Amino acid sequence: MNELDLKTEGVTGINQRLYGLPKNTNERHWAIRNPMGQHAIACGLDGPLHVEVHGHVGFYCGGMNKDAELVVHGHAGVGVAENLMSGLVWIKGNASESAGATGNGGLLIIDGDASSRCGISMKGIDIVVGGSVGHMSAFMAQRGNLVVCGDAGDALGDSIYEARLYVKGKVASLGADCVEKDMREEHLADLARLLDRAQRTDNPKNFRRYGSARKLYNFNVDHADAY
Amino acid sequence: MCGIVGLYLKNPKLQPKLGAMFKPMIIEMTNRGPDSAGVAIYRNPVKKNQVKFSLAHDDAGYDWKKVETGLEKALKCDATIKKIGNHCILVTNAKENAAVKWLDAHHPDVRVVGSGHTIEIFKEVGLPANVYDKFDLDEAKGTHIIGHTRMATESAVTTAGSHPFATGADLCLVHNGSLSNHNRLRENLRREGMEFQTENDTEVAAAYMTWKLRGGATLKEALEDGIEDLDGFYTFLVGTADGFAVVRDPIACKHAVMAETDDWVAMATEYRAIAHLPGADDAKIWEPEPATIYTWGGHA
Repeated sequence: MNELDLKTEGVTGINQRLYGLPKNTNERHWAIRNPMGQHAIACGLDGPLHVEVHGHVGFYCGGMNKDAELVVHGHAGVGVAENLMSGLVWIKGNASESAGATGNGGLLIIDGDASSRCGISMKGIDIVVGGSVGHMSAFMAQRGNLVVCGDAGDALGDSIYEARLYVKGKVASLGADCVEKDMREEHLADLARLLDRAQRTDNPKNFRRYGSARKLYNFNVDHADAY
Repeated sequence: MCGIVGLYLKNPKLQPKLGAMFKPMIIEMTNRGPDSAGVAIYRNPVKKNQVKFSLAHDDAGYDWKKVETGLEKALKCDATIKKIGNHCILVTNAKENAAVKWLDAHHPDVRVVGSGHTIEIFKEVGLPANVYDKFDLDEAKGTHIIGHTRMATESAVTTAGSHPFATGADLCLVHNGSLSNHNRLRENLRREGMEFQTENDTEVAAAYMTWKLRGGATLKEALEDGIEDLDGFYTFLVGTADGFAVVRDPIACKHAVMAETDDWVAMATEYRAIAHLPGADDAKIWEPEPATIYTWGGHA
Protein backbone atom coordinates (compact mmCIF):
# COMPACT_ATOMS: atom_id res chain seq x y z
CA MET A 1 0.00 0.00 0.00
CA ASN A 2 1.32 3.46 -0.90
CA GLU A 3 1.35 6.00 1.92
CA LEU A 4 0.43 9.67 1.67
CA ASP A 5 0.91 12.12 4.56
CA LEU A 6 -1.56 14.97 4.39
CA LYS A 7 0.44 17.03 6.86
CA THR A 8 3.35 17.23 4.46
CA GLU A 9 1.59 17.08 1.08
CA GLY A 10 -1.61 19.01 1.78
CA VAL A 11 -5.06 18.19 0.41
CA THR A 12 -4.36 19.44 -3.08
CA GLY A 13 -1.06 17.58 -3.22
CA ILE A 14 -2.67 14.31 -2.22
CA ASN A 15 -5.64 14.67 -4.52
CA GLN A 16 -3.37 15.56 -7.44
CA ARG A 17 -1.29 12.43 -6.80
CA LEU A 18 -4.44 10.31 -6.99
CA TYR A 19 -5.80 12.14 -10.06
CA GLY A 20 -2.49 11.71 -11.88
CA LEU A 21 -2.58 7.92 -11.77
CA PRO A 22 -3.26 6.25 -15.11
CA LYS A 23 -6.58 4.36 -15.32
CA ASN A 24 -4.79 1.02 -15.67
CA THR A 25 -2.34 1.63 -12.83
CA ASN A 26 -1.20 -1.24 -10.64
CA GLU A 27 -0.77 1.18 -7.74
CA ARG A 28 -4.36 0.85 -6.63
CA HIS A 29 -3.98 0.81 -2.85
CA TRP A 30 -3.36 4.07 -1.02
CA ALA A 31 -3.34 5.09 2.63
CA ILE A 32 -3.75 8.69 3.75
CA ARG A 33 -2.34 9.65 7.18
CA ASN A 34 -2.96 12.77 9.30
CA PRO A 35 -6.16 13.97 7.61
CA MET A 36 -6.59 16.58 10.43
CA GLY A 37 -10.24 17.17 9.56
CA GLN A 38 -9.33 18.86 6.29
CA HIS A 39 -11.92 19.29 3.54
CA ALA A 40 -12.33 17.60 0.17
CA ILE A 41 -9.99 14.70 0.91
CA ALA A 42 -10.00 12.05 -1.84
CA CYS A 43 -12.90 13.60 -3.70
CA GLY A 44 -13.26 13.54 -7.46
CA LEU A 45 -11.52 10.17 -7.76
CA ASP A 46 -12.12 8.65 -11.18
CA GLY A 47 -10.86 5.10 -11.31
CA PRO A 48 -10.80 1.77 -9.47
CA LEU A 49 -8.55 2.87 -6.59
CA HIS A 50 -8.78 1.64 -3.00
CA VAL A 51 -8.03 4.49 -0.60
CA GLU A 52 -8.00 4.25 3.20
CA VAL A 53 -7.94 7.38 5.36
CA HIS A 54 -6.67 6.97 8.91
CA GLY A 55 -8.27 9.64 11.09
CA HIS A 56 -11.17 12.10 11.00
CA VAL A 57 -11.97 13.93 7.78
CA GLY A 58 -13.62 17.32 7.21
CA PHE A 59 -16.28 18.39 4.72
CA TYR A 60 -17.03 16.84 1.31
CA CYS A 61 -14.76 13.80 1.65
CA GLY A 62 -15.14 11.38 -1.26
CA GLY A 63 -17.51 13.69 -3.14
CA MET A 64 -18.19 12.99 -6.82
CA ASN A 65 -16.13 9.78 -6.75
CA LYS A 66 -16.46 7.28 -9.58
CA ASP A 67 -15.44 3.61 -9.36
CA ALA A 68 -13.17 4.12 -6.33
CA GLU A 69 -13.43 2.49 -2.90
CA LEU A 70 -12.79 4.88 -0.03
CA VAL A 71 -12.65 3.79 3.61
CA VAL A 72 -12.39 6.35 6.42
CA HIS A 73 -11.21 5.01 9.77
CA GLY A 74 -12.71 7.89 11.70
CA HIS A 75 -15.58 10.38 11.59
CA ALA A 76 -16.59 12.43 8.56
CA GLY A 77 -17.67 16.06 8.35
CA VAL A 78 -20.46 17.69 6.37
CA GLY A 79 -21.40 16.37 2.92
CA VAL A 80 -19.43 13.13 2.85
CA ALA A 81 -19.78 11.32 -0.51
CA GLU A 82 -21.74 14.26 -1.86
CA ASN A 83 -22.83 13.55 -5.42
CA LEU A 84 -21.21 10.11 -5.37
CA MET A 85 -21.37 8.65 -8.90
CA SER A 86 -20.39 5.02 -8.27
CA GLY A 87 -18.08 2.88 -6.16
CA LEU A 88 -18.02 2.83 -2.38
CA VAL A 89 -17.48 5.22 0.51
CA TRP A 90 -17.30 3.55 3.92
CA ILE A 91 -17.19 5.66 7.09
CA LYS A 92 -16.22 3.63 10.13
CA GLY A 93 -17.30 6.35 12.56
CA ASN A 94 -20.12 8.93 12.45
CA ALA A 95 -20.96 11.35 9.67
CA SER A 96 -22.09 14.95 9.92
CA GLU A 97 -24.89 16.71 8.03
CA SER A 98 -25.93 16.02 4.44
CA ALA A 99 -24.15 12.68 4.07
CA GLY A 100 -24.57 11.31 0.54
CA ALA A 101 -26.36 14.47 -0.60
CA THR A 102 -27.44 14.39 -4.27
CA GLY A 103 -25.62 11.06 -4.75
CA ASN A 104 -26.19 9.57 -8.20
CA GLY A 105 -24.98 6.04 -7.60
CA GLY A 106 -22.63 3.83 -5.63
CA LEU A 107 -22.86 2.87 -1.97
CA LEU A 108 -22.26 4.94 1.15
CA ILE A 109 -21.91 3.00 4.40
CA ILE A 110 -21.78 4.79 7.74
CA ASP A 111 -21.14 2.43 10.63
CA GLY A 112 -22.10 5.02 13.25
CA ASP A 113 -24.74 7.76 13.22
CA ALA A 114 -25.42 10.28 10.50
CA SER A 115 -26.62 13.77 11.31
CA SER A 116 -29.41 15.83 9.77
CA ARG A 117 -30.30 15.81 6.07
CA CYS A 118 -28.70 12.43 5.36
CA GLY A 119 -29.45 11.53 1.74
CA ILE A 120 -30.92 14.93 0.92
CA SER A 121 -31.92 15.00 -2.75
CA MET A 122 -30.38 11.57 -3.35
CA LYS A 123 -30.62 10.57 -7.00
CA GLY A 124 -29.72 6.88 -7.07
CA ILE A 125 -27.14 6.36 -4.34
CA ASP A 126 -27.63 3.60 -1.76
CA ILE A 127 -26.91 4.61 1.83
CA VAL A 128 -26.67 2.24 4.80
CA VAL A 129 -26.43 3.83 8.23
CA GLY A 130 -25.59 1.52 11.13
CA GLY A 131 -26.85 4.02 13.71
CA SER A 132 -29.45 6.77 13.52
CA VAL A 133 -30.06 9.69 11.17
CA GLY A 134 -31.03 13.25 12.11
CA HIS A 135 -33.91 15.46 11.04
CA MET A 136 -34.88 16.13 7.41
CA SER A 137 -33.14 13.01 6.14
CA ALA A 138 -33.99 11.98 2.56
CA PHE A 139 -35.50 15.42 1.93
CA MET A 140 -36.62 15.52 -1.72
CA ALA A 141 -35.00 12.14 -2.26
CA GLN A 142 -35.48 11.06 -5.87
CA ARG A 143 -34.00 7.60 -6.33
CA GLY A 144 -31.95 5.01 -4.46
CA ASN A 145 -32.23 3.39 -1.04
CA LEU A 146 -31.65 4.78 2.44
CA VAL A 147 -31.29 2.09 5.11
CA VAL A 148 -31.28 3.19 8.75
CA CYS A 149 -30.55 0.52 11.35
CA GLY A 150 -31.26 2.93 14.24
CA ASP A 151 -33.84 5.72 14.50
CA ALA A 152 -34.75 8.55 12.15
CA GLY A 153 -35.25 12.17 13.23
CA ASP A 154 -38.13 14.52 12.42
CA ALA A 155 -39.55 15.01 8.93
CA LEU A 156 -38.10 11.89 7.36
CA GLY A 157 -38.54 11.88 3.58
CA ASP A 158 -40.14 15.30 3.30
CA SER A 159 -41.28 15.97 -0.29
CA ILE A 160 -39.83 12.63 -1.36
CA TYR A 161 -40.01 11.39 -4.96
CA GLU A 162 -39.11 7.76 -5.71
CA ALA A 163 -36.40 6.77 -3.23
CA ARG A 164 -37.01 3.91 -0.81
CA LEU A 165 -36.43 4.40 2.90
CA TYR A 166 -35.98 1.48 5.31
CA VAL A 167 -35.86 2.18 9.04
CA LYS A 168 -35.43 -0.40 11.78
CA GLY A 169 -35.95 1.85 14.79
CA LYS A 170 -38.34 4.69 15.57
CA VAL A 171 -39.21 7.47 13.17
CA ALA A 172 -39.71 10.76 15.05
CA SER A 173 -42.04 12.03 12.33
CA LEU A 174 -42.61 11.68 8.60
CA GLY A 175 -42.28 14.69 6.32
CA ALA A 176 -44.88 15.92 3.85
CA ASP A 177 -46.03 13.25 1.37
CA CYS A 178 -43.90 10.52 2.99
CA VAL A 179 -45.88 7.45 4.08
CA GLU A 180 -45.25 3.95 5.36
CA LYS A 181 -45.55 1.32 2.66
CA ASP A 182 -45.84 -2.46 2.47
CA MET A 183 -42.63 -4.44 2.59
CA ARG A 184 -42.88 -6.82 -0.35
CA GLU A 185 -40.52 -9.67 -1.29
CA GLU A 186 -38.54 -7.52 -3.70
CA HIS A 187 -37.96 -4.95 -0.96
CA LEU A 188 -36.81 -7.59 1.51
CA ALA A 189 -34.40 -8.92 -1.11
CA ASP A 190 -33.06 -5.42 -1.88
CA LEU A 191 -32.65 -4.66 1.79
CA ALA A 192 -30.93 -8.00 2.51
CA ARG A 193 -28.46 -7.31 -0.32
CA LEU A 194 -27.63 -3.83 1.04
CA LEU A 195 -27.27 -5.02 4.65
CA ASP A 196 -25.03 -7.81 3.45
CA ARG A 197 -22.81 -5.36 1.55
CA ALA A 198 -22.49 -3.28 4.71
CA GLN A 199 -21.58 -6.47 6.61
CA ARG A 200 -24.53 -6.05 8.93
CA THR A 201 -26.44 -8.86 10.61
CA ASP A 202 -29.76 -6.99 11.06
CA ASN A 203 -32.80 -8.98 9.97
CA PRO A 204 -34.57 -7.27 7.02
CA LYS A 205 -37.92 -8.33 8.48
CA ASN A 206 -37.40 -5.94 11.40
CA PHE A 207 -37.40 -2.91 9.11
CA ARG A 208 -40.28 -0.76 7.91
CA ARG A 209 -40.43 0.81 4.51
CA TYR A 210 -41.33 4.43 3.75
CA GLY A 211 -41.77 6.21 0.47
CA SER A 212 -43.70 8.79 -1.48
CA ALA A 213 -47.50 9.00 -1.41
CA ARG A 214 -47.04 10.72 -4.80
CA LYS A 215 -49.61 13.37 -3.96
CA LEU A 216 -47.26 16.31 -3.85
CA TYR A 217 -45.10 16.25 -6.91
CA ASN A 218 -47.76 15.86 -9.56
CA PHE A 219 -50.01 18.80 -10.23
CA ASN A 220 -53.46 17.87 -9.00
CA VAL A 221 -56.30 19.84 -10.51
CA ASP A 222 -58.41 19.27 -7.40
CA HIS A 223 -55.84 21.30 -5.48
CA ALA A 224 -55.67 24.15 -7.99
CA ASP A 225 -56.99 26.59 -5.41
CA ALA A 226 -54.05 25.86 -3.15
CA TYR A 227 -51.44 27.02 -5.65
CA MET B 1 -20.12 32.38 7.42
CA CYS B 2 -18.08 32.70 10.59
CA GLY B 3 -15.93 30.47 12.75
CA ILE B 4 -16.45 29.72 16.41
CA VAL B 5 -13.97 28.02 18.71
CA GLY B 6 -13.95 27.28 22.41
CA LEU B 7 -11.57 25.44 24.71
CA TYR B 8 -12.20 24.55 28.34
CA LEU B 9 -9.40 22.90 30.28
CA LYS B 10 -10.44 20.12 32.64
CA ASN B 11 -6.83 19.41 33.59
CA PRO B 12 -5.45 22.40 35.59
CA LYS B 13 -1.88 21.43 34.60
CA LEU B 14 -2.64 22.61 31.07
CA GLN B 15 -3.67 26.13 32.14
CA PRO B 16 -0.26 27.69 31.40
CA LYS B 17 -0.64 26.48 27.81
CA LEU B 18 -4.19 27.76 27.17
CA GLY B 19 -3.15 30.51 24.73
CA ALA B 20 -0.71 28.27 22.88
CA MET B 21 -3.24 25.41 22.56
CA PHE B 22 -5.95 27.77 21.32
CA LYS B 23 -3.86 29.58 18.70
CA PRO B 24 -3.95 26.91 15.95
CA MET B 25 -7.68 26.43 16.62
CA ILE B 26 -8.63 30.02 15.88
CA ILE B 27 -6.14 30.34 13.01
CA GLU B 28 -7.59 27.21 11.39
CA MET B 29 -10.91 29.10 11.21
CA THR B 30 -9.36 32.01 9.27
CA ASN B 31 -11.00 31.18 5.97
CA ARG B 32 -14.40 31.09 7.67
CA GLY B 33 -13.85 34.63 8.96
CA PRO B 34 -10.95 36.74 7.71
CA ASP B 35 -12.63 40.11 8.47
CA SER B 36 -12.10 40.29 12.19
CA ALA B 37 -11.42 38.13 15.20
CA GLY B 38 -11.92 38.19 18.91
CA VAL B 39 -11.45 36.14 22.03
CA ALA B 40 -12.75 36.06 25.56
CA ILE B 41 -10.22 34.59 27.95
CA TYR B 42 -10.92 33.71 31.55
CA ARG B 43 -7.86 34.36 33.73
CA ASN B 44 -6.45 36.25 36.73
CA PRO B 45 -9.62 36.57 38.82
CA VAL B 46 -9.79 39.82 40.77
CA LYS B 47 -10.84 40.22 44.42
CA LYS B 48 -14.51 40.07 45.37
CA ASN B 49 -14.75 43.83 45.90
CA GLN B 50 -13.07 44.56 42.58
CA VAL B 51 -14.33 44.59 39.02
CA LYS B 52 -12.30 44.00 35.89
CA PHE B 53 -13.18 45.90 32.70
CA SER B 54 -11.98 45.23 29.18
CA LEU B 55 -11.84 48.61 27.44
CA ALA B 56 -11.12 49.42 23.80
CA HIS B 57 -10.32 52.55 21.84
CA ASP B 58 -9.77 52.98 18.09
CA ASP B 59 -6.52 54.87 18.77
CA ALA B 60 -3.79 52.39 19.76
CA GLY B 61 -1.89 55.28 21.38
CA TYR B 62 -4.76 56.31 23.63
CA ASP B 63 -3.67 57.75 26.95
CA TRP B 64 -5.01 55.09 29.32
CA LYS B 65 -3.04 56.60 32.23
CA LYS B 66 -5.48 59.49 32.10
CA VAL B 67 -8.37 57.07 32.54
CA GLU B 68 -6.64 55.44 35.50
CA THR B 69 -5.82 58.64 37.41
CA GLY B 70 -9.08 60.33 36.44
CA LEU B 71 -11.19 57.45 37.70
CA GLU B 72 -9.22 57.20 40.97
CA LYS B 73 -9.66 60.88 41.63
CA ALA B 74 -13.30 61.17 40.66
CA LEU B 75 -14.58 58.06 42.44
CA LYS B 76 -11.99 58.01 45.25
CA CYS B 77 -11.08 54.46 44.43
CA ASP B 78 -8.11 52.35 43.42
CA ALA B 79 -7.63 51.65 39.74
CA THR B 80 -4.91 49.93 37.74
CA ILE B 81 -4.72 49.77 34.00
CA LYS B 82 -2.75 47.38 31.81
CA LYS B 83 -2.54 48.24 28.14
CA ILE B 84 -2.74 45.32 25.71
CA GLY B 85 -2.84 46.27 22.02
CA ASN B 86 -5.53 48.91 21.56
CA HIS B 87 -7.41 47.48 24.54
CA CYS B 88 -6.72 47.77 28.22
CA ILE B 89 -7.67 45.85 31.32
CA LEU B 90 -8.92 48.12 34.08
CA VAL B 91 -9.18 46.71 37.61
CA THR B 92 -10.90 48.89 40.17
CA ASN B 93 -12.72 48.67 43.48
CA ALA B 94 -15.19 51.33 42.35
CA LYS B 95 -18.83 50.33 41.91
CA GLU B 96 -19.33 48.94 38.38
CA ASN B 97 -22.20 51.27 37.46
CA ALA B 98 -20.39 54.34 38.74
CA ALA B 99 -17.26 53.46 36.78
CA VAL B 100 -19.23 52.92 33.56
CA LYS B 101 -21.08 56.21 34.05
CA TRP B 102 -17.81 58.08 34.62
CA LEU B 103 -16.21 56.49 31.53
CA ASP B 104 -19.26 57.44 29.48
CA ALA B 105 -19.09 61.05 30.60
CA HIS B 106 -15.32 61.61 30.44
CA HIS B 107 -14.08 59.16 27.82
CA PRO B 108 -17.05 58.70 25.48
CA ASP B 109 -14.88 57.11 22.74
CA VAL B 110 -13.79 54.33 25.07
CA ARG B 111 -15.88 51.20 24.61
CA VAL B 112 -16.53 48.82 27.49
CA VAL B 113 -16.24 45.45 25.73
CA GLY B 114 -16.50 43.26 28.80
CA SER B 115 -16.65 43.23 32.57
CA GLY B 116 -16.66 40.83 35.48
CA HIS B 117 -14.17 39.11 37.76
CA THR B 118 -12.25 36.88 35.36
CA ILE B 119 -13.27 37.66 31.78
CA GLU B 120 -11.04 39.64 29.41
CA ILE B 121 -12.30 40.37 25.89
CA PHE B 122 -10.07 41.35 22.97
CA LYS B 123 -11.36 41.91 19.45
CA GLU B 124 -10.21 43.70 16.37
CA VAL B 125 -10.56 43.82 12.59
CA GLY B 126 -7.99 41.85 10.61
CA LEU B 127 -6.82 38.29 10.20
CA PRO B 128 -7.11 36.07 13.27
CA ALA B 129 -3.33 35.48 13.34
CA ASN B 130 -2.66 39.23 13.47
CA VAL B 131 -5.32 39.83 16.10
CA TYR B 132 -3.95 36.98 18.21
CA ASP B 133 -0.43 38.41 18.09
CA LYS B 134 -1.61 41.93 18.81
CA PHE B 135 -3.04 40.95 22.17
CA ASP B 136 -0.12 38.72 23.28
CA LEU B 137 -2.33 35.67 23.51
CA ASP B 138 0.35 33.09 22.63
CA GLU B 139 1.62 33.00 26.16
CA ALA B 140 -1.76 33.51 27.83
CA LYS B 141 -2.62 31.34 30.80
CA GLY B 142 -6.17 30.70 31.90
CA THR B 143 -8.96 28.22 32.49
CA HIS B 144 -10.96 28.61 29.30
CA ILE B 145 -11.20 30.71 26.19
CA ILE B 146 -13.68 31.26 23.39
CA GLY B 147 -13.03 32.88 20.06
CA HIS B 148 -14.63 34.02 16.85
CA THR B 149 -13.51 34.68 13.30
CA ARG B 150 -15.94 36.89 11.41
CA MET B 151 -17.08 37.07 7.83
CA ALA B 152 -19.51 39.97 8.08
CA THR B 153 -22.96 39.54 6.55
CA GLU B 154 -25.41 41.65 8.57
CA SER B 155 -23.40 44.78 9.35
CA ALA B 156 -20.12 46.60 8.78
CA VAL B 157 -16.64 45.26 9.46
CA THR B 158 -15.67 47.25 12.55
CA THR B 159 -14.03 46.48 15.86
CA ALA B 160 -17.30 47.25 17.63
CA GLY B 161 -19.11 44.79 15.35
CA SER B 162 -16.61 42.04 16.10
CA HIS B 163 -17.36 39.24 18.51
CA PRO B 164 -17.43 38.31 21.39
CA PHE B 165 -20.21 40.50 22.75
CA ALA B 166 -20.51 40.89 26.51
CA THR B 167 -23.83 39.80 28.00
CA GLY B 168 -23.25 40.58 31.67
CA ALA B 169 -20.68 39.91 34.36
CA ASP B 170 -18.15 37.36 33.06
CA LEU B 171 -20.54 36.41 30.26
CA CYS B 172 -20.10 36.79 26.54
CA LEU B 173 -21.52 35.49 23.31
CA VAL B 174 -20.12 34.52 19.92
CA HIS B 175 -22.36 33.70 16.98
CA ASN B 176 -22.20 31.94 13.66
CA GLY B 177 -25.24 32.69 11.53
CA SER B 178 -27.61 35.56 10.99
CA LEU B 179 -30.73 36.72 12.79
CA SER B 180 -33.70 37.89 10.77
CA ASN B 181 -35.75 39.63 13.46
CA HIS B 182 -32.96 41.68 15.04
CA ASN B 183 -34.35 45.10 14.03
CA ARG B 184 -37.68 44.63 15.76
CA LEU B 185 -36.04 42.91 18.73
CA ARG B 186 -33.57 45.82 19.07
CA GLU B 187 -36.46 48.28 19.23
CA ASN B 188 -38.23 46.18 21.85
CA LEU B 189 -35.06 45.92 23.93
CA ARG B 190 -34.44 49.68 23.63
CA ARG B 191 -37.86 50.21 25.19
CA GLU B 192 -36.68 47.97 28.04
CA GLY B 193 -33.71 50.29 28.54
CA MET B 194 -30.98 48.32 26.74
CA GLU B 195 -28.37 50.32 24.83
CA PHE B 196 -26.67 49.42 21.56
CA GLN B 197 -23.33 50.40 20.03
CA THR B 198 -23.87 48.92 16.54
CA GLU B 199 -26.44 47.73 13.98
CA ASN B 200 -25.11 44.21 14.46
CA ASP B 201 -27.52 41.26 14.83
CA THR B 202 -25.35 39.44 17.38
CA GLU B 203 -25.29 42.48 19.62
CA VAL B 204 -29.07 42.16 19.77
CA ALA B 205 -28.81 38.51 20.79
CA ALA B 206 -26.26 39.50 23.46
CA ALA B 207 -28.50 42.32 24.72
CA TYR B 208 -31.44 39.90 24.78
CA MET B 209 -29.44 37.49 26.97
CA THR B 210 -28.30 40.35 29.22
CA TRP B 211 -31.88 41.54 29.60
CA LYS B 212 -33.10 38.03 30.44
CA LEU B 213 -30.30 37.42 32.95
CA ARG B 214 -30.90 40.80 34.63
CA GLY B 215 -34.54 39.78 34.97
CA GLY B 216 -33.45 36.80 37.05
CA ALA B 217 -33.32 34.04 34.43
CA THR B 218 -30.59 31.43 34.69
CA LEU B 219 -28.31 31.11 31.67
CA LYS B 220 -30.14 27.94 30.64
CA GLU B 221 -33.52 29.69 30.90
CA ALA B 222 -32.24 32.67 28.92
CA LEU B 223 -31.00 30.37 26.16
CA GLU B 224 -34.26 28.39 26.17
CA ASP B 225 -36.26 31.62 25.80
CA GLY B 226 -33.87 32.66 23.04
CA ILE B 227 -34.85 29.61 21.01
CA GLU B 228 -38.42 30.99 21.06
CA ASP B 229 -37.65 34.66 20.50
CA LEU B 230 -34.64 34.76 18.18
CA ASP B 231 -35.53 34.08 14.56
CA GLY B 232 -32.78 33.08 12.18
CA PHE B 233 -29.81 30.79 11.84
CA TYR B 234 -27.41 30.46 14.70
CA THR B 235 -24.94 28.47 16.62
CA PHE B 236 -24.15 30.35 19.82
CA LEU B 237 -21.22 29.76 22.12
CA VAL B 238 -21.61 31.49 25.48
CA GLY B 239 -18.61 31.98 27.74
CA THR B 240 -19.35 31.88 31.47
CA ALA B 241 -17.22 32.45 34.58
CA ASP B 242 -16.55 28.75 34.93
CA GLY B 243 -17.19 27.19 31.54
CA PHE B 244 -19.23 27.58 28.40
CA ALA B 245 -22.60 26.80 26.86
CA VAL B 246 -23.55 25.86 23.29
CA VAL B 247 -26.90 26.10 21.54
CA ARG B 248 -27.99 25.73 17.91
CA ASP B 249 -31.24 26.86 16.29
CA PRO B 250 -33.94 24.20 15.68
CA ILE B 251 -32.97 23.75 12.00
CA ALA B 252 -29.28 23.49 12.88
CA CYS B 253 -27.74 24.30 9.52
CA LYS B 254 -24.87 26.25 11.07
CA HIS B 255 -22.20 23.67 11.73
CA ALA B 256 -20.94 22.76 15.16
CA VAL B 257 -18.88 19.94 16.58
CA MET B 258 -17.80 19.15 20.10
CA ALA B 259 -15.02 16.98 21.47
CA GLU B 260 -14.02 15.89 24.95
CA THR B 261 -11.08 14.09 26.51
CA ASP B 262 -10.01 13.69 30.16
CA ASP B 263 -8.00 16.91 29.72
CA TRP B 264 -10.27 19.28 27.82
CA VAL B 265 -13.61 20.07 26.21
CA ALA B 266 -13.57 21.83 22.85
CA MET B 267 -16.22 23.26 20.56
CA ALA B 268 -15.71 24.47 17.02
CA THR B 269 -17.57 25.20 13.82
CA GLU B 270 -15.47 22.56 12.11
CA TYR B 271 -13.50 19.60 13.44
CA ARG B 272 -10.29 20.75 11.73
CA ALA B 273 -9.97 23.43 14.42
CA ILE B 274 -10.10 20.77 17.13
CA ALA B 275 -7.74 18.42 15.25
CA HIS B 276 -4.75 20.43 16.52
CA LEU B 277 -5.39 19.60 20.18
CA PRO B 278 -3.38 16.83 21.85
CA GLY B 279 -5.44 13.63 21.92
CA ALA B 280 -8.04 14.90 19.42
CA ASP B 281 -7.82 11.69 17.37
CA ASP B 282 -9.11 9.64 20.29
CA ALA B 283 -11.48 12.23 21.76
CA LYS B 284 -15.18 11.63 22.15
CA ILE B 285 -16.56 13.66 19.24
CA TRP B 286 -20.19 14.56 18.62
CA GLU B 287 -22.45 17.08 17.01
CA PRO B 288 -24.69 19.18 19.25
CA GLU B 289 -28.38 18.45 18.61
CA PRO B 290 -30.66 21.23 17.37
CA ALA B 291 -32.43 23.39 19.99
CA THR B 292 -30.55 21.66 22.79
CA ILE B 293 -28.48 23.46 25.39
CA TYR B 294 -25.10 22.05 26.34
CA THR B 295 -23.13 23.47 29.27
CA TRP B 296 -19.80 22.91 30.94
CA GLY B 297 -18.75 24.23 34.31
CA GLY B 298 -22.12 24.02 36.03
CA HIS B 299 -22.95 27.70 35.63
CA ALA B 300 -26.41 27.07 34.18
